Amino acid sequence: MKIDPIHQFNIEPLFTLGHIGNHTIAFTNSSLYMLVAVAIISILMLASGTQMVPGRLQSVAEISYEFVASTIRSTAGAEGMKFFPLIFSLFMFLCVSNLVGIIPYTFTIASHLIVTGALALLVFFTVLIYGLYKNGLKFFKIFVPQGVPIYILPLVMFIEILSFFLRPVSHSVRLFANMLAGHIALKVFAGFVAMLGFSLGAVGWVGGVLPLALTVALYALEILVAFLQAYVFAILTCIYLNDAIHPGH
Amino acid sequence: MAESHGGAKGPAAGAHTEADGSHHGGGFPPFESSSFASQLVSLAIFFVLLYVIVSKLALPRIGGAIEARQNKIEGDLAEAQKLKDQSDAALKAYESELASARTRAQAIGNESREKANAQAEAERKTLEEQLAARLAGAEKTIASTRTAAMSNVRGIAADAAGQIVQQLTGVVPDAASVNAAVDASLKG
Repeated sequence: MKIDPIHQFNIEPLFTLGHIGNHTIAFTNSSLYMLVAVAIISILMLASGTQMVPGRLQSVAEISYEFVASTIRSTAGAEGMKFFPLIFSLFMFLCVSNLVGIIPYTFTIASHLIVTGALALLVFFTVLIYGLYKNGLKFFKIFVPQGVPIYILPLVMFIEILSFFLRPVSHSVRLFANMLAGHIALKVFAGFVAMLGFSLGAVGWVGGVLPLALTVALYALEILVAFLQAYVFAILTCIYLNDAIHPGH
Repeated sequence: MAESHGGAKGPAAGAHTEADGSHHGGGFPPFESSSFASQLVSLAIFFVLLYVIVSKLALPRIGGAIEARQNKIEGDLAEAQKLKDQSDAALKAYESELASARTRAQAIGNESREKANAQAEAERKTLEEQLAARLAGAEKTIASTRTAAMSNVRGIAADAAGQIVQQLTGVVPDAASVNAAVDASLKG
């Protein structure tokens, strides 16, 4: 029994969709779980009732709505509600796919840097383009903090510009690394149980209680992380959008 | 490993199995660039699909339900406030009506009392006047009766005196001297 904590991240093509240049475009297990996430969100948001007194499903839908809306209002102000569909889509997509991915034998979309990177770049360019479109050159005020003495202003500006362009990196790597590390840790600890049992027999099965307990505890933590990282991704998106809406605050 | 994946995918893309996945399991899947194009394309398709569903259908639907509930609650509260205001106004109107009725009743009472007093006073006055007039008439009658009686008394006295003198003396006295004597004795 060999522990292979990496195997769960494999991309398995299910069928080919076509070719772009010399790249084969396949419908993979990742695509399948994206479809699952979209389907779950659609069922949640569209199959729930719209009654005056909400039922269970409708309550969940309304709580998600209010949760994302209040997050946007508190971080980016009322003007940030323009981006409500985008932030809601990002949050629900990541939250649902992360929670689905925590179920054993499933695949976690956000465990691939290419996916989180693409989403982070989507946010980055949304901020950049909307900021320039709305504020013109005043948008660059975000690089010039107010009240900074003139002799250290060049240094501060350099740091601000660097951090602005590193945003998509930290934004995407944070989510990717959390999901990847959590799943690897779970797999390793769960693997210990089976490895001890198969190699040491009865003693091993008794000894496996400790890693099993750790697996259970880690699993609970991972459920929290799955939600929390989606929330962090969404709230950072709000904070970045706030810069585009109100530069030089 | 990236090449081997790409190579394996090329000829028999439809026939990929678990075994095929595990044979290049030595690499680190998140960094296998051969899978990037597939992932990006499916992410683009599904994220755009999700965005359209969310922005065109889901959010207006749920937002509408929340807003409808909010409006209903606000409408009900406004209705309750309106009804409360109405009942307050009715209570105030009732109280002011009661107060005005009370003052009116008092005014009517005062007025009728004064009227009755005035009437009684007037009646008393006329009665007194009538009594006074009758008293005066009676007094006058008494006086005239008395003077008449007195004048009769003088005549009778004069006659009687004439008779007495005649009886005593047998001389018929002079009427004038009898009258003067009577007058003198009446005065004295």
